[in-house]
Amino acid sequence: MREIAFRDALNEALAEEMERDESVFLMGEEVANYNGAYKVSKGLLDKFGPRRVVDTPIVELGFAGIGVGAAMGGLKPVIEMMTFNFAILALDQIVNHAAKLRYMSNGQLSCPLVMRGAGGAGGSLASQHSQSLEQQYAHIPGLKVMMPATPYDAKGMLKTAIRDPDPVIFIESEVMYGMNGEVPEEEYLIPMGKGDIKREGADCTIVTWSRAVHWSLQAAEIAAEQGIDVEVIDLRTVRPFDKAMIAESVKKTNRVIVVEEAWPMASVGASVAEWIGRELFDWLDAPVGRVHQRDIPMPYAYNLEPLSLPSAEKIAEAVKKACYR
Amino acid sequence: MAEVMEMLALSPTMEEGTLAEWTKAEGESVAEGDILAEVETDKATMEMESFYSGTVLKLLAEPGQTVRVGDPLVIIGEKGEDISGLLSELGGGGEPAAKAKPADTEAEQAEDAPEASESAPAKTSDVSEAAGNDDGRRIKASPLARKMAEDKGLDLASIEGSGPGGRIIKRDIESAKAAPAKAPRAAAAAPAAELHAAAGISEVPGEQKSLSQMRKTIAKRLVEVWQSTPHFYLTMGIDMAAAMKVRKDINAQLAAAEAGYKVSVNDLIVKAAAAALAKFPVMNTGFAGDSLYAFDEVNIGVAVAIEDGLITPTVRNADQKALGAIAREVRELAGRARDKKLKPEEYSAHTFSISNLGMYDIDEFMAVINPPDAAILACGAVKQVPVVVDGELAVGTRMKLTLACDHRVVDGATGAEFLNELRRNLENPMLLLV
Repeated sequence: MREIAFRDALNEALAEEMERDESVFLMGEEVANYNGAYKVSKGLLDKFGPRRVVDTPIVELGFAGIGVGAAMGGLKPVIEMMTFNFAILALDQIVNHAAKLRYMSNGQLSCPLVMRGAGGAGGSLASQHSQSLEQQYAHIPGLKVMMPATPYDAKGMLKTAIRDPDPVIFIESEVMYGMNGEVPEEEYLIPMGKGDIKREGADCTIVTWSRAVHWSLQAAEIAAEQGIDVEVIDLRTVRPFDKAMIAESVKKTNRVIVVEEAWPMASVGASVAEWIGRELFDWLDAPVGRVHQRDIPMPYAYNLEPLSLPSAEKIAEAVKKACYR
Repeated sequence: MAEVMEMLALSPTMEEGTLAEWTKAEGESVAEGDILAEVETDKATMEMESFYSGTVLKLLAEPGQTVRVGDPLVIIGEKGEDISGLLSELGGGGEPAAKAKPADTEAEQAEDAPEASESAPAKTSDVSEAAGNDDGRRIKASPLARKMAEDKGLDLASIEGSGPGGRIIKRDIESAKAAPAKAPRAAAAAPAAELHAAAGISEVPGEQKSLSQMRKTIAKRLVEVWQSTPHFYLTMGIDMAAAMKVRKDINAQLAAAEAGYKVSVNDLIVKAAAAALAKFPVMNTGFAGDSLYAFDEVNIGVAVAIEDGLITPTVRNADQKALGAIAREVRELAGRARDKKLKPEEYSAHTFSISNLGMYDIDEFMAVINPPDAAILACGAVKQVPVVVDGELAVGTRMKLTLACDHRVVDGATGAEFLNELRRNLENPMLLLV
């Protein structure tokens, strides 16, 4: 199968959906003339013209509001946040409007909006630009949150997000845009809320998503050298997350580690771990383990960043502990 | 960063230990592996080594004090380090161990304190659970282990946990059903042994002395065994004339060769029993709840009386050892048993036991089975007694053996056949030399 980069997989998804449905349009900072800060929208302006690929001023709250309004009015906007660090400015539109419209209008209105962009640490971008903020959205009823870890998933998931009748937050790891992976030529969709077993194993389950999937897969290799057979579940959608898949896996392995790039307090991982502890209590042979970023602002120093982030070694150590090794 | 060392489980069955003596004082420096203290366990007095290097900052127990396994015992750190925070965390030293551990010894990475609190929820939850259980008697088991034990009808109280702080985990339940050594009598039939005072004890004036760890364990285990194991007894007189003659010859020759040891009557019995067990594997079997566990080794526990109790050092693979080797090994093990210096592996893993009161001139007695064994042999004194030989009264050399059997494993006829084989070995002692 052909291999393409993560950013190109996203580009294909956008192009295919814009082709398929003319109510889909892309809007954001530098998405048109500059082809996107991360080149995800490369060539789309040429292909679809300035009415459907729209550059905005640097006003996140403003263009998020335009997106919500357009969605209310029947269009299907894809709003690019250059990074989700900047989307904090747009939270009122996202939390108070996009997420609430269907409920507060008793179903008369909907908001089929996709807000996508980069998240997570990118390498010496300092504390304001290195954040994993999926928790802010996963917390909100009325939002869905997708976070792909491979080019294949990125394409199939973005197409699903665009076709979804409700607002979807779609966060792409900043360091993965150049990552290559197999993506078929033919069309496919990846269902909302469905995880993927990235590696099968019998002794311990790792539940994770986005960039942390790759650390976890490396950790599984380390654990394998010590005779521990690790299963890695990529949730892909963190709200709603795939409870059935987690339950099936934990009933098999009896041990589980939740791994995330974000901070520990009130995080998606905290919620997943809490759910496992409550619903799968009788299946657990060890406390639910967690590996996450240190509970500090990300250091700018290039040597401190990896120390703050989870790593394959830290995850492998947590796996070992859960297996009482 | 100061580290807290906790009371370690120095024997497989140890639940608490009495601090006999500190071998390091506060302020003294200590290297990893140095002996910190001597601890009286339920089996022996053991040396406890330091896991850390540094300075002894605080001793958290007094000699003579009983400390539960996992409870904090000593704080080791850098000289002059402020440990007031750690001490207040420990809450006076009597709190459950989980509280004592500084976060960064727990985590998946030692230096990674901020993550530690989150990555090791084990301890977080232990703390809150233990907080309401100051008596420390609560059984720690993983949820899965609890469920498995319930499904299999196993009593968690009789299972030893191999997880952190003695937590019972999946593998403990799995091995509990496989190996009787862990919990052979764990089935619902055997209620956990409780130690009740004898009725009317306080009506007579007297002095109350607290039990030593060994006495406590003996009391607990024997009540457990006696209540749960249907014993039956078979007694047989053995003609020991030939055996005594052989023994005399052997010892004379050993003395001539300046071998430095002798063969005792008990050594002959150990060898004879081991040979008979090899021939009757059914006697070398443990009761395992819903199955029988046939041991692959013939390991003979030899009861040795020691100060304030008894212990059974084990001669492993006794059926494969020569008489002289057995004699030397028993002597060496018994010597260290009396000094309470046996290692745990030296008094466990027996599959059959022998108790001998011949030296006290006892004719015969009935012993209590030593789990996981299915039988124990009680030996009386070798005596000159009147016997009838070919219708004539004569002087014979006799010894009485009483075999106690677990009726769940063996029946009377099996036990009798085994005793007959044992007699054949002892009455034809040359068989013991081949």
